[in-house]
Amino acid sequence: MDTLFFAGLITLALIKATPIAFGAMAGLMSERSGVINIAIEGMMLIGAMMSFLGSVLFNQWTGGALPKEVSLIVGLVVAMLSGALIALLHAWLSIRYKVDQIISGTVINLLAFGITNFTANAYIDAVRLSGVGIFPHINIPLLSDIPILGDIFFKHQPLVYLMLITVGVLQYALFRTRWGLRTRSVGEHPRAADTVGINVNRTRYINVVIGGALAGMGGAFLVLESVGRFQKLMTTGRGFIALAALIFGKWTSVGALGSALLFGFAEALGVRLQLGDINELEALALLIGIGISLLALVWVAIKLIKRSQDKRPASLIAIVGGAGLLFIVLALTVDFPNIQIPIQFLGLLPYFATVLVLAGFVGRAVAPAAVGKPYERG
Amino acid sequence: MAQPILRLEGITKRFPGVLANDKVDFELAQGEIHALLGENGAGKTTLMNVVYGLYKPDEGQIFIKGEKSEIDNPKEALARGIGMVHQHFMLVPVMTVTENLMLGHETIRGPNLGPLSTLYRRQVAKEIKALGDQYGLPIHPLALVQDLSVGEQQRVEIVKALYRGAEVLILDEPTAVLTPQEADDLFVVLRTLVANGKSIIFISHKLREVLKIADRITVMRDGHVVGERKPAKTNENELAAMMVGREVILQVTKGEAQPGQTVLQVSDLKVNNDLDHSAVDGVTFEVRSGEVLGIAGVQGNGQTELVEALTGLRPAEGGSIVLQGQQVAGATPRRITELSTAHIPEDRQQDGLVLPFPVSDNLVLNTYYKPPFSKGLILQRNAIMEAARERIQNFDIRTPNAQTHVGSLSGGNQQKVIVARELSRTVKLLIASQPTRGLDVGSIEYIHKRLIESRDAGAGVLLVSSELDEIMQLSDRIAVIYQGKIVDILEAKSTSKREVGLLMAGVAKEKAGKKSNSSE
Repeated sequence: MDTLFFAGLITLALIKATPIAFGAMAGLMSERSGVINIAIEGMMLIGAMMSFLGSVLFNQWTGGALPKEVSLIVGLVVAMLSGALIALLHAWLSIRYKVDQIISGTVINLLAFGITNFTANAYIDAVRLSGVGIFPHINIPLLSDIPILGDIFFKHQPLVYLMLITVGVLQYALFRTRWGLRTRSVGEHPRAADTVGINVNRTRYINVVIGGALAGMGGAFLVLESVGRFQKLMTTGRGFIALAALIFGKWTSVGALGSALLFGFAEALGVRLQLGDINELEALALLIGIGISLLALVWVAIKLIKRSQDKRPASLIAIVGGAGLLFIVLALTVDFPNIQIPIQFLGLLPYFATVLVLAGFVGRAVAPAAVGKPYERG
Repeated sequence: MAQPILRLEGITKRFPGVLANDKVDFELAQGEIHALLGENGAGKTTLMNVVYGLYKPDEGQIFIKGEKSEIDNPKEALARGIGMVHQHFMLVPVMTVTENLMLGHETIRGPNLGPLSTLYRRQVAKEIKALGDQYGLPIHPLALVQDLSVGEQQRVEIVKALYRGAEVLILDEPTAVLTPQEADDLFVVLRTLVANGKSIIFISHKLREVLKIADRITVMRDGHVVGERKPAKTNENELAAMMVGREVILQVTKGEAQPGQTVLQVSDLKVNNDLDHSAVDGVTFEVRSGEVLGIAGVQGNGQTELVEALTGLRPAEGGSIVLQGQQVAGATPRRITELSTAHIPEDRQQDGLVLPFPVSDNLVLNTYYKPPFSKGLILQRNAIMEAARERIQNFDIRTPNAQTHVGSLSGGNQQKVIVARELSRTVKLLIASQPTRGLDVGSIEYIHKRLIESRDAGAGVLLVSSELDEIMQLSDRIAVIYQGKIVDILEAKSTSKREVGLLMAGVAKEKAGKKSNSSE
């Protein structure tokens, strides 16, 4: 196994992490303002289908006169709007009617499964609707020429870049801006926010709905940057993995990206295993190494962002980071014996990682204090 | 007289089934401390929430500096110079003091990007530090609110109101969470504020402190204003009678204690809280029959965990609990109950009663499985009803009938249901935790009488309370708990409120002794 192979693996991990990260950002916005969102899966699924229908039908309507990129962008916008619309339903049920937010989320997921399956059966598959293609790769000038790093980070399709930008903007906005301060206060202590004149319910509506648009983008990624067409239930649980990433990332966007990358890496490894590029023990060692290194990276990021509040000693971060790198180097250099594992199990890797992470590494992640509780005056 | 800074005229506020404020008139002069005195549920807080824009009045008008004003939300109240310090602090625990103070009207730096403008924390931190120092309210702008003591959080709340430009400060039961010393410090701050031209509305149900701090006292009862007094021309008894509507005996009359055998012996007991941190850290004490041992302490110093461990609701991490010669650490609540232990829990609605059950069932929750209330597996409804009627009579529980849901009774009557249940059998040990919290003066009088009666009947009474007055009045011995440790056990007769107060605040014993000596 060489460096090039490893770089390829990370590139693939970043791609696989993109929809998960979008989903996690959707959950972040919703939950930071105090609304539990387990409907991310459904929002992504609707987003995926609508991006497909939007791009294809727009392309048919214009008769192919415009370049396919225009149709793809239209598909993306339609996905965002439909994600936002579904989120509005969730917000409306849980804020206006104070429906239990878990129930509301479950209802929306079931609704999304039903609608998309029906549409696929009755229309998309029935008329053999074919896609308009996928977004092209964009090489960022200069940056993409950097050896290795250029390949990993700067030769992607547009939604990957958009995801990275979204994560950065949200991290800054949540902790440094007026919107962030108000959103966090509404999620932690809505009554305190109310007494200083912040409109609690309006803040929640806005956040849930924008979150829905982000989930829609996550779904659109699967169609517009990956397979190029809609398949039934194609999100395959990524919305729920996103939720796990959000919790593992302790409700910060950088943390959530870190854990999304871990899940993405697990998925990428699964792909490489199926191709027979590496063997199982190597994969496991790599996964552990990457996990530990990512943890250290996230800690560094949090330390840089919240200088005053972070009490983790720099030496600890250095030791953990070093251990992670050591693991990766070992995994890449040592020859591991071959153990045969049935191919079906390899696809389980991301889910296995989710369970492992939630059970073992999260520790005491503290959710926003008022999450799940409808706000009532008096 | 000069124009009042705030005047309320005929304020009426109805909630479903309740008339919370009935044509209330109220006036606040510039530069005065005007106390609003009344029982819980008299409508004080409702009235102030109307002023602060949290509730809309059904009738009536508000005049600020003589100008008629509509206050629809807190933002408008703040804009008109009215700030409120709520009884439950309106601070976000996980945020810094600075973030809490700027919330809602943030100072920004750099370009104005609307909601996405960057916060200018450093500037605000500087401003609020200066503001706090100006009024003698030192605060740490960068500290997280959750790391602050209750007294410090209250200071932050006051600075928050001042930072918003409040001219009128409404303080809702500000001393409820403070030690006596912290309360004295607060009074100094209030005087400084008034000297600087601020006006203060001080909501309280404590007679003594109202007499001490207020320039003028308005008494409310059942949503009405009963009258207005100057502190110099009134006294505790008159104010109490106005609050309750009848004469009340404020002093508990009790004879000399006749301590007998040890009923409860606690040695080196260790208990953890819900977060698995140490809450009770090796306490040792004993309760003898025929005496009241008071546990004094500011809320949250391990009292809750201690009582839960003694009653079998929470496991002990170490040490021993010997109840009438039997080791009961780790025993089930039922075993402890059957050793003639009565328990009046801290949270009567959560732990004391099943709210949707009728009064009759709640009255036998501790004995329902025994004859005559049960034969085998079958409940004996008639026996239960009969016992209920008798107890309702004996303990003066005001309820329409025995089938009424306990949740619909008033707090005082709910507490009487618990007392009736617990004391309607032979009691060797009575554990009463905050037995009068949130009750009206009349019910407090009643509960106190019952506690002393139990003592005189030969039971050992363990009284846990954060009301220092209650501890001083009822106890024969006083154990002071601070950060999970018993700092000292004092004879009630030979100690002073000041000494206990200092111990409650964590001032070491020798120091406290010195201080109280020097003050004598």
